[in-house]
Amino acid sequence: MSKTIKILGTGCPKCQSLTGVVTDVVSENNIDATIEKVEDIMEIMKYNVMTTPALVIDDVITIKGRVPSKEEVLDLLS
Amino acid sequence: MFDWLQHFADWLIYSVFGIGADTHLGTALNFFVFDTLKILILLFFIVFIMGIVNAYFPIERLKDYLNKKKLYGLEYFFASIFGAITPFCSCSSVPLFIGFVQGGIPLGVTFAFLITSPLVNEVAVAMFLGMFGAKATLIYALSGILLGSLGGWLLGKLKLEHLLSDWVKEILENKMQQAEFQGEKRTFRDRLPEITRGAWDIVKGVLLYVIIGIAIGAAMHGYVPENFFNQYLGGGQWWTVPLSVLVAVPMYANAAGIVPIIQVFVAKGVPLGTAIAFMMATVGLSIPEATLLKKVMSLKLIAIFFGVVTLCIILSGYLFNLIL
Repeated sequence: MSKTIKILGTGCPKCQSLTGVVTDVVSENNIDATIEKVEDIMEIMKYNVMTTPALVIDDVITIKGRVPSKEEVLDLLS
Repeated sequence: MFDWLQHFADWLIYSVFGIGADTHLGTALNFFVFDTLKILILLFFIVFIMGIVNAYFPIERLKDYLNKKKLYGLEYFFASIFGAITPFCSCSSVPLFIGFVQGGIPLGVTFAFLITSPLVNEVAVAMFLGMFGAKATLIYALSGILLGSLGGWLLGKLKLEHLLSDWVKEILENKMQQAEFQGEKRTFRDRLPEITRGAWDIVKGVLLYVIIGIAIGAAMHGYVPENFFNQYLGGGQWWTVPLSVLVAVPMYANAAGIVPIIQVFVAKGVPLGTAIAFMMATVGLSIPEATLLKKVMSLKLIAIFFGVVTLCIILSGYLFNLIL
């Protein structure tokens, strides 16, 4: 089943590096997933996160306020 | 503690490069090598320690603490301390702001956090420690925290809730029941590599600023005559503090780049209080920050916020010049 990945962040360097990590993991492992960047602050606040970037997989917040390693993202996605 | 580093710098410049210790170029290069390495080492350790602290006191837990405990007026002080220990990322300031007010924390207390967070951050502390020593660092950090508390309290007294953006007011009116914070259940051993990596990332991120800042500082150190600024700024003229603060507010400079330059100003005769006030205004308030806050506040509120903080910084500059 295809996963929906959302990356919440207003566009700071950390948010961009999280996007990079997630994109790499998805393409390297041929994971069936759509990646969506959420940059609008009003949208972000609906998830009740206080620290960006945050990683949301199938509407569950899995990581907030930090950039995880590739292995960790792969764990979360599989 | 850093003697070995000084020996290394002496050896590298005077022996390996063969540039004399009595030349301007020699002292400037020596200063550059020693300071850059010292700052990078300090920076790494401080960011690393802050990383450990943050792994155990995540911001959500601090927020819960502020919300649940009756602190009898001390909440401004606590919010300000929390602001100091939380790593600052300007892009997180808006979500943090909303998260605080949404969680029922008064606007003034939120402001206390918001003022101190950029003012006292790990990069500024490491730079200060490296360039001015422990005593000046302690003064800087403590006054930053007090300034945040005072500024937050003042802003709280002004009752400015009606000046928030409409959508923020909406959030406030129908306060959503927020989930309690669930700590991530990971062991220290799991977190350690990530904290180390985070510290490296920050050091790498500011490396360029440190080098440029120290290079300019080193050049000025060697070439600007002793007591140069004394003639113009050192005599305690009343206007130097407000002038340096007003010049610094719209400026945005990374603490990593600005501290080495300030250090030279101080070495050449600018009073430390004036220099600290300048530094606080540079890192604490900036146009980019105002642009971000525009999403949650009206311009009037931003203006009041900046005005109150500027005033506090100017007053603390005078205070430092009196007591230091």
